[in-house]
Amino acid sequence: MKLRTLSAVVAVLCLGGCAVEPWVKPYERGWLADPLMSVSRDPLSDKYLQHVHDVREGARGATVAEGGGCGCN
Amino acid sequence: MQLSTTIRALWLALAGLFAAPARGAVIPEDRSDLLYHYYNGGGTTASGPALLVRKGIGEQVSAYASYFIDNVSSASIDVVTTASPYKEKRVEYGGGVDYLYRNTTVGLSLVRSNEPDYVSNTIGATVAHEVLDGLTTFSLGYSVGRDEVGKAHTDFADHVDRYQYKLGVSQVVTKSLLMNLNYEAILEDGYLHSPYRAARLLGLSVPEVYPRTRDGYAVALGIVKGMGSNDGELASSAHLRYRYFWDTWNIRAHTVELGYRARFGERWLVEPHYRHYRQSAASFYANDFTTQMLFMARDRELSDFSSNALGAKASYQLFSQRFNFSRVALNFDYETIRYTYNNFTDVRTGRLYAYNANVFQLFLSGWF
Repeated sequence: MKLRTLSAVVAVLCLGGCAVEPWVKPYERGWLADPLMSVSRDPLSDKYLQHVHDVREGARGATVAEGGGCGCN
Repeated sequence: MQLSTTIRALWLALAGLFAAPARGAVIPEDRSDLLYHYYNGGGTTASGPALLVRKGIGEQVSAYASYFIDNVSSASIDVVTTASPYKEKRVEYGGGVDYLYRNTTVGLSLVRSNEPDYVSNTIGATVAHEVLDGLTTFSLGYSVGRDEVGKAHTDFADHVDRYQYKLGVSQVVTKSLLMNLNYEAILEDGYLHSPYRAARLLGLSVPEVYPRTRDGYAVALGIVKGMGSNDGELASSAHLRYRYFWDTWNIRAHTVELGYRARFGERWLVEPHYRHYRQSAASFYANDFTTQMLFMARDRELSDFSSNALGAKASYQLFSQRFNFSRVALNFDYETIRYTYNNFTDVRTGRLYAYNANVFQLFLSGWF
């Protein structure tokens, strides 16, 4: 019963999403493409700074920079 | 019967959602970065060059390669109180390819990090899918890594297996407001501590013992708000990001990042930034154990501490439309970090430990 209710809610939300018209038109997206608005403007620099923090902290993950494993010991 | 109908409706709705046409999806821009980095703090110095080259192949494929060197010279508090200062070199190679088909980008990546006593290999895959004409982007990521852990001048050998799962959604809210929500689970099995470090039991050094599993979870919310000038052009942006982390070792951490990015004239871009971090200690951490425990750690990375980082990045556009580059910029970033430990003493003085670190980056970026 719970699964059915949940499925119905998600289905309605998804169908509702399909019906939504994009509210920011392509000609209004100039600002969004500007480097000022970029979440990670400099990927290499962001990755390095994230590495500096990661090796000294207990927390990891959900960052804007992509990274791999490292020794750090 | 009704259940199967509902599920079928759900799948149809999802299929319709994912089949929605989008015009905004593009491969990442062609770009090269040559960087020099320098870190100094707490007795450790790490510096070296790094390189990242990304180039499109046609309109659907983009490939990249990266190279990173860390020359580490360490006489940190852990090292001087339990071992000998050391120097070592870490080399990291990375590469990947992204393939765009309609409004979906599929990516594959490889990273190899090599130190004399630690080798790490990671392979990852990502899928990003745009809906609502590019206003919403869903992303999924999975990576698996294997680390080989050694100890200098000994036969010690062990390993770590790491699995990372990522979920993200990025949303254009208005023409000047972006939001993104990210979740990541990092599951690790194996030898998760350093073979060089020691715990303290009644003031005496004893070997550290960590659990061989760790599951960590992070969720982060980011907001970017653009702000215009009087003539209606984008002049600056404000960046806010908050992350909450928790794991099975009972560490809880909060990270807040604030940034302001502004353009000055046609060539300068300046970005002051601030970061606050604080965490609670792992359940098996103690500054000085009073009794023998199953798991024992005295790594300050697992202790109760906070840090504050204040910095600024400046970018200067050197030229545009020359030497096959659409533009080239010189960038400088500096950050000063203050680490304050609430339950980790400097055994040389008996006082709570704290230190400052300085982080410099100088890099040249070229778009072509």
